[in-house]
Amino acid sequence: MSLPYVGEYREGEAVARVIAEIRRVATRPWTIMEVCGGQTHALVRFGIEELLPDNVRLLHGPGCPVCVTPAEMIENGLQIAARPEVIFCTFGDMLRVPAVTGDLQTVKARGGDVRIVYSPMDALDLAKRHPDREVVFFAVGFETTAPANAMAVAQARAQKITNFSLLVSQVLIPPAMVEILKSPECRVDGFLGAGHVCTVSGFAGYHELARRFRVPIVVTGFEPLDLAQGILMCVRQLEAGRNEVENQYSRSVRPDGNPHALELIHTVFEIVDRPWRGLGVIPGSGLVLREEYREYDAELRFSPDYVAATDSELCQSGLVLQGRLDPRDCPEFGQRCTPEHPLGATMVSSEGGCAAYYRYGRHARTSGTGKNVRP
Amino acid sequence: MKNPRTELPPAVQCPLPWRHSHIVMAHGGGGRMMHDLIEGVFSPLSTGNGARHDGTIVGCGTERIAYTTDTFVVSPLFFPGGDIGRLAVFGTVNDLAMCGARPEALSAGFILEDGFDLELLQRIVASMSAAAAEVGVRIVTGDTKVVERGKGDGLYINTSGIGRVRAGVEIGPARVRKGDAIILSGDLGRHGIALMAVREGLQFETKIQSDCANLWPAVDELLQNPVDVHCLRDLTRGGLASALVEIAEASDSHLTIREGTIPVSDAVLGACEILGLDPLHVANEGRFCVFVPADQAEATVKALRSHEVCSGACIVGEVGADLSGVVSLRTVLGTDRLIDMPSGEQLPRIC
Repeated sequence: MSLPYVGEYREGEAVARVIAEIRRVATRPWTIMEVCGGQTHALVRFGIEELLPDNVRLLHGPGCPVCVTPAEMIENGLQIAARPEVIFCTFGDMLRVPAVTGDLQTVKARGGDVRIVYSPMDALDLAKRHPDREVVFFAVGFETTAPANAMAVAQARAQKITNFSLLVSQVLIPPAMVEILKSPECRVDGFLGAGHVCTVSGFAGYHELARRFRVPIVVTGFEPLDLAQGILMCVRQLEAGRNEVENQYSRSVRPDGNPHALELIHTVFEIVDRPWRGLGVIPGSGLVLREEYREYDAELRFSPDYVAATDSELCQSGLVLQGRLDPRDCPEFGQRCTPEHPLGATMVSSEGGCAAYYRYGRHARTSGTGKNVRP
Repeated sequence: MKNPRTELPPAVQCPLPWRHSHIVMAHGGGGRMMHDLIEGVFSPLSTGNGARHDGTIVGCGTERIAYTTDTFVVSPLFFPGGDIGRLAVFGTVNDLAMCGARPEALSAGFILEDGFDLELLQRIVASMSAAAAEVGVRIVTGDTKVVERGKGDGLYINTSGIGRVRAGVEIGPARVRKGDAIILSGDLGRHGIALMAVREGLQFETKIQSDCANLWPAVDELLQNPVDVHCLRDLTRGGLASALVEIAEASDSHLTIREGTIPVSDAVLGACEILGLDPLHVANEGRFCVFVPADQAEATVKALRSHEVCSGACIVGEVGADLSGVVSLRTVLGTDRLIDMPSGEQLPRIC
């Protein structure tokens, strides 16, 4: 398999050379957290942890938007999706995430018009084609999805489409990094920054974070060579006692990000405190529609009843999302919790840490060595 | 021999507790949830031989007859590289071929929706007829039902088929042996991506055609060669991953494949990157995998490549002995990971 501009970042020998350099450079034990769930999946899919020396450990961060969407918000989605006039549009990952009373897949099976779309613009198209229906898009995501969601709302206004609204559950990454670093139990020595988030937001804001908490942050891409290089850059900084922001993913990320996208986000959304599933309320970590765009807010339009949610007592996804529990050490992993019957969102989402280990490496611990082994 | 699944405590071993109160779309996805539905709900119906194969072989006097059935709900009815009629003939023919059976006769059942365009129906029937002629199989019996408008999406087709299995031909997961080579008949993912592109209105630079094809001539060639075919499986919903996991579980063996050897066209790979899909999970309609003794692998590849639909045939892995009932993949980085069936629905109504 080779694909231009992807193939070269999956080239085994190039990755092996970087890994050899990590082995040479790392003299002390270091713990590095990759923030983004896409990176977690690539690391597990390609078995990169298995190649690293024992003294370089990876922790998986909270960067799975589906996983951190509060169950209460999904409950709002279930109620709205069940309304006969509504076409409820969502990314596929959200269908099977358990809330309190069920999941979207079950609402769909009971007659709710739930559709999987790839973009909020597809949902806007549906609204145009079905003027007699109410089209609601479940706007879940980090900085990466916010521009397109903002664009959809701006377009709805420009085109005078009134039967369209967003159920907004947008969150921001840097406040979550602060939350993790502030925790007395924080074990993170350095971060791999989420490349695609920084493509939108840039990394100017990270300098203060690196200085304040004395952690190196390396903005990193998603292919095996990107990840290996990001880890190497981070280890080099740690060994030299540096706490700087570096950009491994320079083919995509500019220091000031994408100014047009940022402008669009801030035109349509404003920053608020937000609860994260498994992490609690994080100050300044969420986006809501600004006053002048509130008419497109599905929560206001449909006023769903509040359903208090407590996560399954068995589910420890909060600890997983904070990098405090290896999914494979959870007693329910692969037992009562599987992708078909998940206890928590981290087992469902294509960016969830538990799903990554289950899909690619759940045999790892059956050897009893605790290391990802070759069967 | 270790099997991570059977090492789980008894409470979570198959059959899994049946936790759904309703059927959901994911139960039709060809992945783990469909597998659980079949094991958990439909198993009382089956008095077959339990061989977990694409069809079953029934004795009929001195003859051995393969029998299989398949239902087609694909949407849209016409797609790049095929249509529901062609799919309905080839799908059942291919299931017979995977039993090592020469397709002899098919039945065709139609569920039509009130208001369905007659001209479309005629085009589909013509396509079925052409496909059957291409295979050399007769459509000998059929049935028609019409349902109210809104109760069926235009047209559904069921086909079933019988085929003759020559003496001495024994094909199935039970014959998979340690050391067997795993051969793939061509590149992956064309059908699924072609359907997805049409359905989602995705525009790619290259138009991706479904691989929908008749596989019997290539299988016939192998059976006429001095190749000892141990197992055959066509790759449909759930892709190569589901096919291999089913065989690994049914044969209690450890299958290993090498990522760098698995052919995927740049167009499909690019689409998978954009859509976040794994080519190993994407549906095919004209690809199959073959298990043969390692020393016959090259001859098998050569024989397959003489057929246009198998021109991309290659060796992608082998049957190992370290674990049982699992499939693992050696990545391009030299690490290993487990391959599992996709959980549920990747794309509904793909065949």
